[in-house]
Parts: sequence; C-alpha cells; structure tokens
Amino acid sequence: MRKYRPKDNVQAKAYHTDRFYVVPTVPKEDVSTDKLFSKHLETLKAKVDIQSAYIQIGQLRVEVNHKDNYKAIEILKNECGYEMLTEMSAVDYLAQEGKFEIFYQLLNLKERKRMRVVCKIEQGLAIESVVPLYKSANFAEREMFDMFGIKVNNHPLLKRILMPDDWEGHPLLKRYPLQGDEFAQWYEVDKIFGKEARDIIGPENRDPAKIDRYDTKRFSRVGREVPFGADISEGEPETPIEYSETFFVNYNAGTKQLDKRK
Amino acid sequence: MQEVNRLTPFFENLNFEREDNTMVINFGPQHPSAHGQLRLILELDGEKVVKAYPDIGYLHRGIEKMAENMTYNEFLPTTDRLDYIASTSNNYAYALAVERLLGIEVPRRAKVIRTILLELNRVISHLFFIATHALDVGAMSVFLYAFREREFAMDLMEDYCGARLTHSAVRIGGVPLDLPDDFMINLREFCDNVDREVKITYNALLEDNRIWRMRLENVGVLSPEEALSWGCTGPMLRGSGIAYDIRKEEPYELYDELDFNIPVADTNDSYGRYRLYMAEILESTKILRQLIVMYDETEPQLMAHAPRYISAPKEEIMTQNYALMQHFVLVTQGMRPPKGEVYAPTESPKGELGFYIKSEGEPYAYRLKCRAPSFFHTGLLQELLVGTYLADVVTIIGSTNIVFGEVDR
Repeated sequence: MRKYRPKDNVQAKAYHTDRFYVVPTVPKEDVSTDKLFSKHLETLKAKVDIQSAYIQIGQLRVEVNHKDNYKAIEILKNECGYEMLTEMSAVDYLAQEGKFEIFYQLLNLKERKRMRVVCKIEQGLAIESVVPLYKSANFAEREMFDMFGIKVNNHPLLKRILMPDDWEGHPLLKRYPLQGDEFAQWYEVDKIFGKEARDIIGPENRDPAKIDRYDTKRFSRVGREVPFGADISEGEPETPIEYSETFFVNYNAGTKQLDKRK
Repeated sequence: MQEVNRLTPFFENLNFEREDNTMVINFGPQHPSAHGQLRLILELDGEKVVKAYPDIGYLHRGIEKMAENMTYNEFLPTTDRLDYIASTSNNYAYALAVERLLGIEVPRRAKVIRTILLELNRVISHLFFIATHALDVGAMSVFLYAFREREFAMDLMEDYCGARLTHSAVRIGGVPLDLPDDFMINLREFCDNVDREVKITYNALLEDNRIWRMRLENVGVLSPEEALSWGCTGPMLRGSGIAYDIRKEEPYELYDELDFNIPVADTNDSYGRYRLYMAEILESTKILRQLIVMYDETEPQLMAHAPRYISAPKEEIMTQNYALMQHFVLVTQGMRPPKGEVYAPTESPKGELGFYIKSEGEPYAYRLKCRAPSFFHTGLLQELLVGTYLADVVTIIGSTNIVFGEVDR
C-alpha cells in the first residue's frame, strides 16, 4: 500500500524517529522566581483572565483569551512599561487543534525585560488590531494576514504585503507545500498568457542542473554542430573540428620605428 | 487643456490646471537609491510628499518557509541571504537562538572569534552605510574612500572563512575554524587604518561639509515616542536619544566583559544618525583591539561539547566509533532540540535582529520567525516621509539603512 500522507501538514518530517525517543522539554520556570515578571503578572491578572503563565529561557510567556489581546497589551504598555512591540506573528496549529497561536513579543526598555503574550484563535475568527497601541504592528499584522490569512479587525490597511495582491493561498500555512500549490506554479503563465497557454509553455523547470540531451536551443555539442532548434532525436551529423593554422610572428626580426619623433 | 508645442512638454495623462491636484509617482523598485527593491508610491503636492506607501515583497524568497523544511544546520547558510551586507550577524543571531534552545555553552575561543567577526561585520556594514548614504546624497568621493576600507575588511573575512559576502562563518555550537596565523596582525593594522580614515578622511569630507549638513540636518526627524511606537531599533532608536543597545543592556557573547560606549544622538535627524554610525565604527575598532588581547588567553577548543546535538571534532569522528555514529545521525537526520520556544535578540548593525524559534522536538523548526530591523524601519517610512520634499526622500531612505534581503526575507 502506498504511504498515507496527511494533507493538513505537508512540511518536511523526520524520516526516522527512534521508537523509544522521548522528546525533552525546555525547562519552564515559575513566574514567582522573577520579581519584576511576577509584579507585571499581578497587574495583568487583576484585569484580564490568564490561561497560563511561565518563564522560558528568560522570557515571560502569558497566554490570554484571544478576545482580551488588546486589553492585555494595553495594560502591559501603560502600566508595566512595555514600550515596544518588537515582533508579532502566528504559528499554525490547525492540524493539531484547529487553531492559530498568535504571539506578541514585547520589550520593556527600562527594566530590560522581554515577554510574550500568546493567544489561540480558531480559523476564520478575526483578532483585534493593536495598531492604536504600537504602530510597529501595522506591518507585522499585515504580514501575518498575508502569510496565514488571519483577519485583523480595525487595521488601517489590511492587505497583502510580501505576496502579490492577486495571490491565492497563504504560504506559511502548514498545508501549503514548500514548492507552492498549483496556483503558484502557473502564476506567471496564467497571468501573462492565460490558462490555455499552460500546455504550450509547459511546467517550469525547477532543477537548475537539468540538461536535455536532445535540446538544440540551449545546448550544443562541440564537434556535432546542428542548426538552431533542429530535431536530433534520430541522430546527429558529425562536424569535425577544424583548427585554424597557427602563424608565428617574429617580432624581433625587423625593428621598424613607427613613430619618427623618437 | 495643454497646448502642444515644441517648448512646453505635453503629458497626456496629467492635468496641471486643477490647483488641488496631486501627482502620484513611483519611486523604484529599480531606483538606484531604493537600496534594493523598494517601491515607494509617493503622492506629491508640488514637491512635497503628501502620502507615502512603501510597497515591499519584490525580494520575497520565503526564507521562513524554507526554515520549516530544513534541518537546523542546513538552514544556517540560508540566513546569509537575509542582511547580505553583514551576514555573520544573521548567522550568529540564528545560532544564538538555537543554542539557547539547546541550552549549550560555547567555548571561550569560539566566543572571542564570533565577537571579532560580529564587530568586523559591524564595521563593514557601517562603512557600506556611509558610502551609499553619501553617494545617494551626492558625495561621490566618500563612497570610493569608504569602499576602499570595506574591501580590506572583507579581505579579513575572506582570510577567515573564504567568503566575502555570504560568510556562514558561525556554526551552531561554536565556529568551524580557528583564526589564520597573521589574522591578528592584519586586524590591528586594519583597526588603525579605519580609525584614521574615519577620524580624518570621512570627517573632513562630511562632518562640516556645508552641502552635507544642509541635506541632512533636520531631515527625517523622528521623535523618541514615534521611534518606540514604530519598533525602531539600533541606530534609528539611538539616533532619537534613547540609549538602548542590546549588547549593553542584554549582553550576549563577551560584550559584558568588553569596555565600550554606546553613542547616542539627540538631534533626532539624519545628521545625528550619520554621526552615530561614525562613532559606532570607532567603538567597534575599540572592541576589536580588546579582543585581540583576549584571544591569546583562550584554550584552543572551538565547538561546544554536546554529543546529542553537535558533532564531535573531526579527529574524534575519524578515530572513535561512537563519535562517528553520532555524527552520522546528526548529518542524516539533523539535531532535535527540546520542545519549547525561544526568542533571542541580538544587536545587528541595522538594529535588533532576533530569531523566534518554536520547536516541537523535531529536526525541523516548527516555526521560525525572523525579526528583521529593516522590516520595521520600512514601515516607518510611510510616516517619516510625509511632509518632506522629494529631494529629501532619498536622504531619509538612506539614513534608515534598510536592506531588502532582510525586509522581504
């Protein structure tokens, strides 16, 4: 039987995993181990419902409900001094839970603390934009929309940013193949010549080392020259190489003074 | 209606008669001052920019997607193609994120070499900035002088790793090679030359140059609040008077042992930023001089000892059976970091370069997000350019120092 390949995650997978292999976890520390983080968490806890909170590799990770994302980040900005949103994006967990995980990476410059606000959101739901709080979210949220198709409410201009405006599909989804789907493969052909030209033009060659033995348009064989585009599948004529005769000029024989002034 | 005659040019699609009319022009993506592939759609009222819309994505190669389909070591050379002016800083930022995920400590000599390479890269990148920025503004000779010094720096990089632009000179867990014999002698000479060039030549050409100051002073003024809100980092943030350098505030590698200053400019304009870059080159050479001394005191070990994740040294692989087996598994299957997530910020020449890696215990990263400083600086352009004149657009793009390998990824 052919091997079953899941459609919801087509990314590269380990071809072999030891059956006794237990995946270790990066240690999670309790928030109470860090004074500043526990203070920030207390402030946040008073107003927002927190699903989980722990410290991993020196940074606090707080999970909140996706409806509270704006409220939580507003509190962190105004009351805990997280003045900069350095990054925000999403992680695709559609195959496992049917959800996206959106993270906001915040930085407190005065206390030198970094934390992550994380919220999970089902596919098809929209998240509230944090552009009124941080303008850096403008491009970041657009990129998230472009790459995952997560809609953002109240964003000033929610449109594709890296991919062309007429693109179909969202490339960073796990179900989107690395080589691109059918739309991606025929994007230029469809756009320039129309769908009916697909058969004439043929699929794109993605192998940079591909050499066609019978191609007389891009390759030639020394000693077997044929006209451009000739069909050589039936065999090709031999055209022996003729070298031109080499003349040796003796420059020392006669010294001719060309410039009379010298 | 326009009258067509030989003296007045006729533009069939423009109507100049309406007074409130604005003109829309396309700046790029093939403009020589667009620093790569930036397309700016500018709405002009006369010569004043009313609205600016940066259109990016012309260099999008899906590097984050590739990261999900490559093992951790395979992906490292790909990071060269992010900020191709300073590739080691990308390699390093990625390696640092993976190392933090694995929880491994790098040997001291590797740390010294990495810091040398990082600072050398900073000098290369800053010289490139001064050269291209000056060229954009119109000071052609600075370009030639700065590129001359940059060539020597790239020769040093070539001596170390054989490549001039795409270095891949850092590995996860250390560095692949020790420094060549005469590297330190050349490095010292290079530091002296750069110091002299920056202090004397570039300074004389630019610092009090009337044209240079008129073109840069009070152009691209960015208030500290705006800089924070737009997520500006690096020289853009420090140019607005906020002294935040990740090397100093959240030290990595040997930066906590080194003595250096963080230059800050409080004029908030392009001229302040330019002076910042000049001062940072001098700080980098100061760091490099300290590292030359530190190098001699280190043990020769170059790669961390973590047999689960990192191959043993070549001698052990060739002589010991178990090391060979480990190496075989690591090459064919790739390392499997523990399950967890990490965000490791570093101070690249452009600003905060950080890698967010989410690992599910597989040999492939479940999600890798590259936090590129230039991406956020490009977003800033839509506000920074409004109200300026068309002639200043090039200056402002130049002074944000964006590189499109990083913006589009």
